[in-house]
Amino acid sequence: MRFGVVVFPGSNCDADCYYVIDQVLKAAVEFIWHKETEIKGFDGLILPGGFSYGDYLRTGAIARFSPIMQSVSDFADRGGLVIGICNGFQILLEAGLLPGAMLRNNSLRFSCLPVNLKVKTDQSAFTGGFEADEVIALPIAHGEGNYYCDDVTYQELLDFDQIAFTYCNKDGLETPGANPNGSRGNVAGILNRERNVLGMMPHPERFSEGILGGEDGARIFASMLKSFKEGLG
Amino acid sequence: MTPRKPWREMGLTDSEYDMVLKIMGREPNRVELGLFAVMWSEHCGYKNSRPLLKLFPTDGPRVIEGPGENAGVVDIGDGQALVFKIESHNHPSAIEPYQGAATGVGGIVRDIFTMGARPIALLNSLRFGTLDNERNRYLVRGVVAGIGDYGNCLGIPTVAGEVYFHPSYEGNPLVNAMCVGLVNTAEVIRAIAGEVGKPLLLVGAKTGRDGIHGATFASEELSAESESRRPAVQVGDPFMEKLLMEACLELINEDLVAGMQDLGAAGLTSSVAETASKGGCGVVIDVEKVLRREEGMTPYEVMLSESQERMLIIPREGAADRIQEIFDKWGLDASIIGHITDNGMFTIQEGDQIVGEVLVKALTDMCPVYHRESRVPDYYTRARLFDLESIPHELDYNNTLCDLLNVPSIASKKWIYQQYDHQIMTNTVVVPGNGDAAVLRIKGTNKGVAVTVDCNSRICYLDPYKGGMWAVCEGARNLACSGARPLAITNCLNFGSPEKPDVYWQMDQAVRGMAEAARVLQTPVVSGNVSLYNETRGGKAIYPTPVVGMAGLLTDVSKRLEMAFQDPGDYILLLGEVRDDIGGSEYLCLAHGVESGAVPDIDPADEAKLIELILSLNEKGLLKSCHDISEGGLAVCLAESAIKGNIGAEVKLALEPGQRCDGVVFGEAPSRVVVSASPQDLDGISAKGKELNVPVTVIGKVVGQYLEMAVDDQVIIRQEIGKLASIWGRAIECQMD
Repeated sequence: MRFGVVVFPGSNCDADCYYVIDQVLKAAVEFIWHKETEIKGFDGLILPGGFSYGDYLRTGAIARFSPIMQSVSDFADRGGLVIGICNGFQILLEAGLLPGAMLRNNSLRFSCLPVNLKVKTDQSAFTGGFEADEVIALPIAHGEGNYYCDDVTYQELLDFDQIAFTYCNKDGLETPGANPNGSRGNVAGILNRERNVLGMMPHPERFSEGILGGEDGARIFASMLKSFKEGLG
Repeated sequence: MTPRKPWREMGLTDSEYDMVLKIMGREPNRVELGLFAVMWSEHCGYKNSRPLLKLFPTDGPRVIEGPGENAGVVDIGDGQALVFKIESHNHPSAIEPYQGAATGVGGIVRDIFTMGARPIALLNSLRFGTLDNERNRYLVRGVVAGIGDYGNCLGIPTVAGEVYFHPSYEGNPLVNAMCVGLVNTAEVIRAIAGEVGKPLLLVGAKTGRDGIHGATFASEELSAESESRRPAVQVGDPFMEKLLMEACLELINEDLVAGMQDLGAAGLTSSVAETASKGGCGVVIDVEKVLRREEGMTPYEVMLSESQERMLIIPREGAADRIQEIFDKWGLDASIIGHITDNGMFTIQEGDQIVGEVLVKALTDMCPVYHRESRVPDYYTRARLFDLESIPHELDYNNTLCDLLNVPSIASKKWIYQQYDHQIMTNTVVVPGNGDAAVLRIKGTNKGVAVTVDCNSRICYLDPYKGGMWAVCEGARNLACSGARPLAITNCLNFGSPEKPDVYWQMDQAVRGMAEAARVLQTPVVSGNVSLYNETRGGKAIYPTPVVGMAGLLTDVSKRLEMAFQDPGDYILLLGEVRDDIGGSEYLCLAHGVESGAVPDIDPADEAKLIELILSLNEKGLLKSCHDISEGGLAVCLAESAIKGNIGAEVKLALEPGQRCDGVVFGEAPSRVVVSASPQDLDGISAKGKELNVPVTVIGKVVGQYLEMAVDDQVIIRQEIGKLASIWGRAIECQMD
């Protein structure tokens, strides 16, 4: 499996994602510059975190017009695996590849801290390596991670098992106290209906090695790898 | 009518203007006068501090570049080096906290990548007035958001810092930002001009009217009119800086540049003059070639603008096309604004017309140097003579501990550091709050780097000589407590007006103390910055605040240490003496309302021995936690290790005859740390202590869920860890929200 890390001007978690795929997963990976218009020879895409275009106007609002985004959309339509992390998630929302929108954190402050997450479904290429309802730990680092969607959309997310992760306490309870940003339903990550596109605010690449405080993040990338290999088999 | 004296408005004195006349041999025009004014400001010219800065030791086996370059460079082996520097942005932050702090970060980051290094960590040292005042809370919110937004957007982790709240900073907060970069030693770039005819390329943001005379503004006291100097505060664009950084690092990676110099204080003027001065050449620039963001700017405004996110580049022969390609890729504008000459003059043209011409060396080397008058202040003598025996011995120890943990300067800084992305770049292996220093791994090696910033300004006020030593020793100790060997120092000297003899004496003493400690600990000063005229309305100087930034090396990053107690049954040991000094302590201030007393004795030689002991014990894997004793004394140190480990401790102390109990529990005498260790390792630790001549005392055990301290068999403190954690963890949040 070959991963591509899409680099927008202002992306800043691109190198971190690359490092995990290359050094931890030992899988093939390359950067893809946002001005490219074709995505060829890749089996999974990572839209990394950062401040694409300085987050000017609105997070992800300008990046969605980058030349590469049409190809990302086509890639997803063909069933390719796409994971958007933090700013990557925000871009996927702006591009309409995932439903909903981001508001500023309800604290109105940037928050960088480790959080507990509940894996809401093991039925996806990204979460296949987890048990459903398992509690894992990953760090967040964002100022606009307060996920919002309307009632109809939220019900659909529930009905179609599209919620991948929620913020919870260490006992797995999705309490208001465990919600770091005010997200609707404690949502931390969602899938598209076809289950090949994941957007999540927490940073799996930051907890992919024990020395950094956790390894749960690597399991997401490993799940993608395993799912791809099984798909081939 | 008295004749107009335009130089005064620009910050030059009459006698300095006379010097300018002599050098020029004629009256300077407005542009030329502007050049002198900014280059001869304290901020650029160090005219009041240069004689003192010479006292610092700057050489060492690991020093690749000392002071004089954009940042210091220190060898860490394997062909790699650390590049680091700390810088102030105090005055802008007092007027416009968000932009002031943000551009402070931007400036120091440019200093690092100008040297060819990839910035890997940011630190900051902050001082504010007390949090019971809404204006101060506004400053805290703005400064923290400004630092966070800028660093977060750049994708450089902010990994460590220190924050104090004290009335002496009322109206004049301190914002010092430090950046650390990593570079292959062979790729260090120095700002040296090329041969005659070589073009000068200006790249990055377009030039506007922001920040004109920022350097001059930073070199005078804040006053009632300072608010009107808001236009002298620059505005930051971290996205532009990110593009500029990536593009410049790409140029260096491809070896395309002969010289590089960022535009910081005094903008184009300083950048061009410094480059020409170091290269020993002249330079001609055409202000019309400078890309602008607003119309109608005069040559004067273009030369003095401090618009951010700009870089001056001297391309290598034949590299111009490739450089243009890289700038195009990153969407950056660049233009050739001039070229190198051989006549030693700084010539400014507007089109064909010369609008100013000054000898380069006049700006950089002929800046006047002042040896200011120094006088021992009365308060210092009074403090030394203060009768500490007049402080009552009786005390409610439980309440005092809780009160100390609730002091914002001591309490957890979580509210602040959680607004900083401290994990990006995935190198931070000791995150803020967990250790005495932050530790970063260096990918592709087993090495780690530890970084810290320190200064106890109350100690510096009461005894600046000891205070200077104190800051250096504390920095080195913090590095050792995280398992690193201290390498080198950068410092930011924040003081009041050097024209006041009391203040100059503080500077002189503090620098001498720092220099002495740096010599003994073999941690040379490789870079630094001076910020003077930190005074508030009414002309009261801030507490002297010589902030020390330090970097250390772990040859094996898996041996990093944190402060948290680990396992029940572990022993708790004090390395260093049991001491009872209360002079200058937070306890004395909090419980008795006294900021006075003789400062505890400090001897850098003792510190050096302690550091050797910690490092050799850790090398053998004998330590499970390590935390130094600082503000709040032994009790706060124990409480923090217990809170972080979420486990209790039982500690028993015995007083020597004549020792004060309150001093032993809450005193802040330096050169002492608390460690925990497995029972089977006690003998090894004691033996090593004996060998290195450092006292080692077993003072208790890690156990239960309470912090219990007994002195002479009488329990004086018994508090549940959860309660202490709640007080300590929420103190700042409670005042801010």
